Amino acid sequence: MSIRRVLIANRGEIAVRIIRTCQALGIETVLAVSTADRESLPARMADRAVCIGPARPGDSYLRVDTIVHAAQAVGADAIHPGYGFLSERMALAERCEEHGIIFIGPTAAQIDAVGDKLKARAAAEAADVPVVPGGPVASLDEALALAQRIQPPFLVKAVGGGGGRGMKRVDRIDELEEALSMASAEAGAAFGDSRVYLERFVERGRHVEVQVLGDGAGRVIHLGERDCSVQRRYQKLIEETPAPGLSADFRTRLHAAAVRFAERLSYRGAGTVEFLVDVDRDEFYFLEMNARIQVEHPITEAVTGIDLVAEQIAIASGEGLRLTQESVTFDGCAMECRVNAEDPNRDFQPSPGVVSSVSWPSAPSIRVDTHIDAGARVPPFYDSLLAKVIVHAPTRSDVVMRLRHALLETVLSGVSTNIGFHVDVLTDAEFIAGGVDTGFLARFLAREPAIKESGQHG
Amino acid sequence: MKLTANDVAEIMRLVESSAFDALDLEMDGVKLSLRRGGLQAPMDTAQPATPLVAAAASVPAPRAIDKKPSQPVAVDGAEAVRAPLLGTFYRAPKPGAPPYVAVGDTVDAETVIGIIEVMKLMNPVRAGVSGTVAAITAVDSQLVEFDEPLMFVKPAP
Repeated sequence: MSIRRVLIANRGEIAVRIIRTCQALGIETVLAVSTADRESLPARMADRAVCIGPARPGDSYLRVDTIVHAAQAVGADAIHPGYGFLSERMALAERCEEHGIIFIGPTAAQIDAVGDKLKARAAAEAADVPVVPGGPVASLDEALALAQRIQPPFLVKAVGGGGGRGMKRVDRIDELEEALSMASAEAGAAFGDSRVYLERFVERGRHVEVQVLGDGAGRVIHLGERDCSVQRRYQKLIEETPAPGLSADFRTRLHAAAVRFAERLSYRGAGTVEFLVDVDRDEFYFLEMNARIQVEHPITEAVTGIDLVAEQIAIASGEGLRLTQESVTFDGCAMECRVNAEDPNRDFQPSPGVVSSVSWPSAPSIRVDTHIDAGARVPPFYDSLLAKVIVHAPTRSDVVMRLRHALLETVLSGVSTNIGFHVDVLTDAEFIAGGVDTGFLARFLAREPAIKESGQHG
Repeated sequence: MKLTANDVAEIMRLVESSAFDALDLEMDGVKLSLRRGGLQAPMDTAQPATPLVAAAASVPAPRAIDKKPSQPVAVDGAEAVRAPLLGTFYRAPKPGAPPYVAVGDTVDAETVIGIIEVMKLMNPVRAGVSGTVAAITAVDSQLVEFDEPLMFVKPAP
């Protein structure tokens, strides 16, 4: 069934991103907005904006019934959920299936299969995809027995968690008891699910993920990997492709593992299989699968020339997978910096407000995905992402240099940003060398106690 | 069983004299849709499975998107009663029943002025203000957005 009108159940830069592809495809767009986003750039770009509720996400962007009702009332054939919000809520996909609306994403069953860490881990094992040594623990005795086998340091995680919440590092076996009870209580409070599991903590790990596309009938291809190791408290800040310093053989095995995992689910649409690369052991372990478009998808688009949102729509409308693995080629390197409204000098506190003026960089090698223009409001209710500045060039050193210049050219006033902080990271010798692990940013911050007036760069 | 032109005329008379605004009837591959005050269409039962009244076709091409629904944003000296949520607005408890309120009616804060339905869940909407209904802007059975003015009430002095 062809899609003529899409309801976009999201906001910010990803709403703009989806609208652009829809416009190019001749698909009408209806944007669901909260009162805080009525005047936003995507609201002005969409063919229509419908106000679904007050600013608080729980009263607007997270309301499944309201979104589905709005889609039906405006005559939308499909819903694009973007990332975050309802994108990985089984309830929305289910409701769409019940009401004959196309959900631009995987099936409800696939969302369920990858949303629960234990189920996802079991699926990985079944697909012969390596996982971090460890497992669920229901009692202290069980935890201690497992701990003896895998040896410290450990990570205690919430089964229903995500984004780093409910995770605890434990360095000694005798600290395990307290950490377990705390993690369990925290997980119960945060996710309504107090189950926890224990696994080996990888001292030096890199976060490398593989983009996949599946037709929903068992055929899956990969679009290469992305290295997202530059993270602060599990929040990604800089992403790049290809992942520096991995051997061709290692990358081939990584891609094949991601494809195997998605094939096992007969995955439909665009998804990302995340791996932890154990630098010291030269191994990789499955972390989780994200059943949605990712924030950092543009770097993959830059090197492959493939419009991932267009492929999502084609798969959702029943065209299947239009690409073969052989037709996917990779050209050069790409890197993305996430420009956030936050103040690096105040422990990266969010800095909502009104953007009084802004000038984004522009050049053939630069892509800026943003919803921010002069006068744009940055409401305090949502994440602080203002823009993604993406650079594509033949070599990594070219990319780093051009990205640095692109950021220095960016002028943004009215809210604090992390632009200057990005420039500092892109100037750092360890980062320039490539292949940093996820502990890099914490070390970087420790050795630069006084981050220069970063907000002043823009 | 076949519908004759006389049958249709009779059905129309019944609808006309009833309290209903619309009738949808489907039988033996014939689909009959009647709307009070809608477009007049020729009565012809010869085409099975096609809507008899074009204006009420059940699978229309997507309506043109109204970028900004046109409606008054203010009525002099009156307070807007705004939609507390997005949904389908109903002025009456059920089709054909008299509306909860009409222009000129007196309301108080607790008076139910309509219903907003979200996925089959009915939510009563209260006036939230005492006074006289000055204008009703929301259209029955149509989508209302969150915060959209449904009607205007002149506050009691």
